[in-house]
Amino acid sequence: MSQLQAVNDFVVKFANVNGSGSASANKLFAQAVLRMGVPATPRNIFPSNIQGLPTWYEVRISDKGYMGARGGTDLMVAMNPQTWDADIKSIVPGGYLFYDSTRAIPASKFRADINVIGMPLTQICNAEYTLSRERQLFKNIIYVGALAALLDMDTDAIKGLLADQFKGRDKLIQANYHALALGHSYALANLPCPIGLRLEKSDKVGDRIFFEGNAAAGLGAVYGGATVCAWYPITPSTSLAEGFTKYCERFRKDRETGEKRFAIVQAEDELASIGIVIGAAWNGARAFTATSGPGISLMQEFLGLAYFAEIPAVLFDVQRAGPSTGMPTRTQQCDLLSAAYASHGDTKHVLLFPEDPNECFTMGAEAFDLADRLQTPIFVMLDLDIGMNDRLCEPLVWDDSRKLDRGKVMTAEDLESGRVFGRYLDVDGDGIPYRTYPGTHPTKGSYFTRGTSRDRFARYTEEGAAYQDNMERLLHKFATAAKIVPGPIRRDAKEPTRLGAIYYGSTAPAMDEAVDLLTEQGIALDILRIRAFPFSEDVERFIEDHDQVFVVEQNRDAQMRTMIINELEINPKKLQRVLHYDGSPITARFISGSLAETAASLKIVPLRKAVS
Amino acid sequence: MTFLPKPKLHHPKLASNALGFTRRDYEGSISTLCAGCGHDSISAAIIHACFELDLPPHRIAKLSGIGCSSKTPTYFLGNSHGFNSVHGRMPSVLTGANLANRELIYLGVSGDGDSASIGFGQFAHSIRRGVNMTYIVENNGVYGLTKGQFSATADKGAKNKRGVPNNDEPIDMVSMALQLGATYVGRSFSGDKTQLVPLIKGALTHKGAAFIDCISPCVAFNNHDGSTKSFDYVREHNAAVNFLDVIETRDEITADYAPGTVEIVRQHDGTYLKLRKIANDYDATDRISAMNYLQTHHARGEIVTGLLYVDPDAEDMHAALGTAMAPLNGMSDEALVPGNAALAKLNASLR
Ligand SMILES: Cc1ncc(C[n+]2csc(CCOP(=O)(O)OP(=O)(O)O)c2C)c(N)n1
Ligand code: SF4
Ligand SMILES: [Mg+2]
Repeated sequence: MSQLQAVNDFVVKFANVNGSGSASANKLFAQAVLRMGVPATPRNIFPSNIQGLPTWYEVRISDKGYMGARGGTDLMVAMNPQTWDADIKSIVPGGYLFYDSTRAIPASKFRADINVIGMPLTQICNAEYTLSRERQLFKNIIYVGALAALLDMDTDAIKGLLADQFKGRDKLIQANYHALALGHSYALANLPCPIGLRLEKSDKVGDRIFFEGNAAAGLGAVYGGATVCAWYPITPSTSLAEGFTKYCERFRKDRETGEKRFAIVQAEDELASIGIVIGAAWNGARAFTATSGPGISLMQEFLGLAYFAEIPAVLFDVQRAGPSTGMPTRTQQCDLLSAAYASHGDTKHVLLFPEDPNECFTMGAEAFDLADRLQTPIFVMLDLDIGMNDRLCEPLVWDDSRKLDRGKVMTAEDLESGRVFGRYLDVDGDGIPYRTYPGTHPTKGSYFTRGTSRDRFARYTEEGAAYQDNMERLLHKFATAAKIVPGPIRRDAKEPTRLGAIYYGSTAPAMDEAVDLLTEQGIALDILRIRAFPFSEDVERFIEDHDQVFVVEQNRDAQMRTMIINELEINPKKLQRVLHYDGSPITARFISGSLAETAASLKIVPLRKAVS
Repeated sequence: MTFLPKPKLHHPKLASNALGFTRRDYEGSISTLCAGCGHDSISAAIIHACFELDLPPHRIAKLSGIGCSSKTPTYFLGNSHGFNSVHGRMPSVLTGANLANRELIYLGVSGDGDSASIGFGQFAHSIRRGVNMTYIVENNGVYGLTKGQFSATADKGAKNKRGVPNNDEPIDMVSMALQLGATYVGRSFSGDKTQLVPLIKGALTHKGAAFIDCISPCVAFNNHDGSTKSFDYVREHNAAVNFLDVIETRDEITADYAPGTVEIVRQHDGTYLKLRKIANDYDATDRISAMNYLQTHHARGEIVTGLLYVDPDAEDMHAALGTAMAPLNGMSDEALVPGNAALAKLNASLR
């Protein structure tokens, strides 16, 4: 039988039962690979419950640094009898199955074209430990030890991680070392070590860090100067508010008095969350909420108010698939339209699309400057794939000379000096008016905030002309936004091509890899990563520069494509849909496959072939 | 309807308060509500209370939802920032504003539709959280602005203008507020200024969630026979339990009172609440018996008014959160941004 051979380039998938404590052991494995200098990208695939249902943890190991999901499993660590059949099926021919052989499994349950490695994990555990909690937890560490032997890994990396994790608790460290050694020596003595998949020390990780997108965004909010956070728990956004809480506790608590330079409220629902954010932002504090699609739906009315009343709110939308039953723990990019045009009346909102934890941090901070400068809601559009997974990314940096940009705010001195204050008056020609914080001056600068029905000086009026005047200014402000939001990043193929692809957010790593796969097939592709809405002129130019442009997205209705057509008045025929929306992260194989197929059906001859 | 500026003609004999402000300095633009609407009397009482307390108008933030009642902040405190938000959601906006700057005085104005129907949840949760605010519901039993539909405070059996009775049980906002932990609870009547003004003053000086249910007849849609929120009905059924005086220092309390007839309560900010008892058996510092009293007297068809409950030692949301004393909206970059060195350390822990 064939045995898959690969060094530093394979996919390991762990099939576990939710709540069995496997998550930390699996993460330990991924981190150990990283400590060996080999890029590894884990993805949690988990159900919407707390205990008992299947979960998977997939680790893509790639010396080339590919971080998108790949599809297929080279080594399956099958610890969940419930999902056995499907797990066995997902192994590529010649791949490996590692399982707990304590209880005999009928031969019909295996496949002939895979390599089966059984280890009596439960039996080993039961012989060693008496407490049931210990049995469960150490079983996970034992299989990590066995994997290390099978993959020819260096156990020092694992031990180093355990020592870091349990720093100061020597007994725990020793107990973990013991379990690790148990698995490792059993495997060396009884199993065919090493198998065809092997790990070798490398230098491809560099100084990159391994961080979760939600935590990074929460940290970004700390650096962005956010002081008020109001939220309502919803997967996959919860760990963002928790991240903010954790870093505030670390960085914003007075050492002596314990006073907190932040306020976090777990609100009664998303309506209250956004209401609190709007109230705080109106009153001059930087405020945000973290939510997902259903929460955005509930916030619609308030978002209209914030748009018309020009309140600088920040929303982190960690997107997930559809409504609240079934798929809430699966990833998608499906809230673009409901965010971009949220609410009643003519509204448009600014969206940012981070690609990884590093950008979750930078955009998470920048969103607050943008909100204050533009005095409008800013959405940071994460998704479950980057939000809830640890991902290798560039280390975080902060320019200490940077000042928080509070936008156009008139102070008591400004008002005293006789400067004219009109809350909705465009003095600088950029559509952005000045505001005052409540309580600024005894007699000057106060105003009454309401949706519409007011003139440039915030005085009540129901006159159509005043309404229209304001609506035109808001459009002008949106045009200003297009100039100051993060611009798209373009990467052209080595040779000229008529094909382009537009993508955004968590699709980035799969796209990078797809470009290489297509190049191997002789298809050259220029790519543009959109980082914000409204679109900069560069997006239009990119589309003009190509005959066909693929818009790669993780939703059914091609939402980004719709926005491009709508906002830039592009001929829809020029924009090809490439849509992945089954709830799993998009893969490079999917992108390259559908691009190649569409390119063929469009009879687009690769330029190289046309020329030769 | 466009903005109606109010002629700012200062009457030479207009009295001024300790800040040198006259009553006019606490007014807003001219009301556009129906002539005789109870809400206008409440606006007048708010102006009166703020003037007498010598509050700097610009240090008050007035917030409201949507409705005739929620329009009123335009008609008082013209030098204060105001926020006419969305229907039923004033409490969350006020909560956020309060989080941003704990030093301002927050006045929330709402209607019975705004707070008991669409915004019942936000009303409840803002009270639960102990937001330091004065929350006034201008209660007329109907949706005035949408032309007279019953609201959730309409009594069962009360008839609308066309004679159709309301079949649903009413929500008693005062009982709710007590149950939810409001630390200052009053009920009054827009037609009784002498009772209402001190109640508002007490609420404005209270630290914590102060709630006032003010019955405020809607002359356009709910002032007919068969209504239980009409001027006549409320006057006939009003059962005040006490009469409140808000006093700035103890020195002002001079008179001798018969034992058991007056109660003096010292609030956080140093003001005193002097309560002259009307109902001898009513104790405004006992929450459980207050709730009991309300239920008993409600069953007799009485509308119990007065200062129904006060906890003078209440704490607010900021105390529970442990927020810094300095307002969050005024913090410097240095106080908020941890800087690059902290990031470098964090990076090292993430490898
Ligand atoms: C979301 C939403 N639904 C409905 C309305 C229409 N609406 C405006 S005011 C109002 C009722 C107001 O009643 P209440 O709070 O009692 O105020 P009143 O006018 O009686 O003072 C309604 C239903 C609205 N503005 N927003
Ligand atoms: S409709 Fe009723 S509540 Fe509204 S202004 Fe007229 S009287 Fe007042
Ligand atoms: Mg009403």
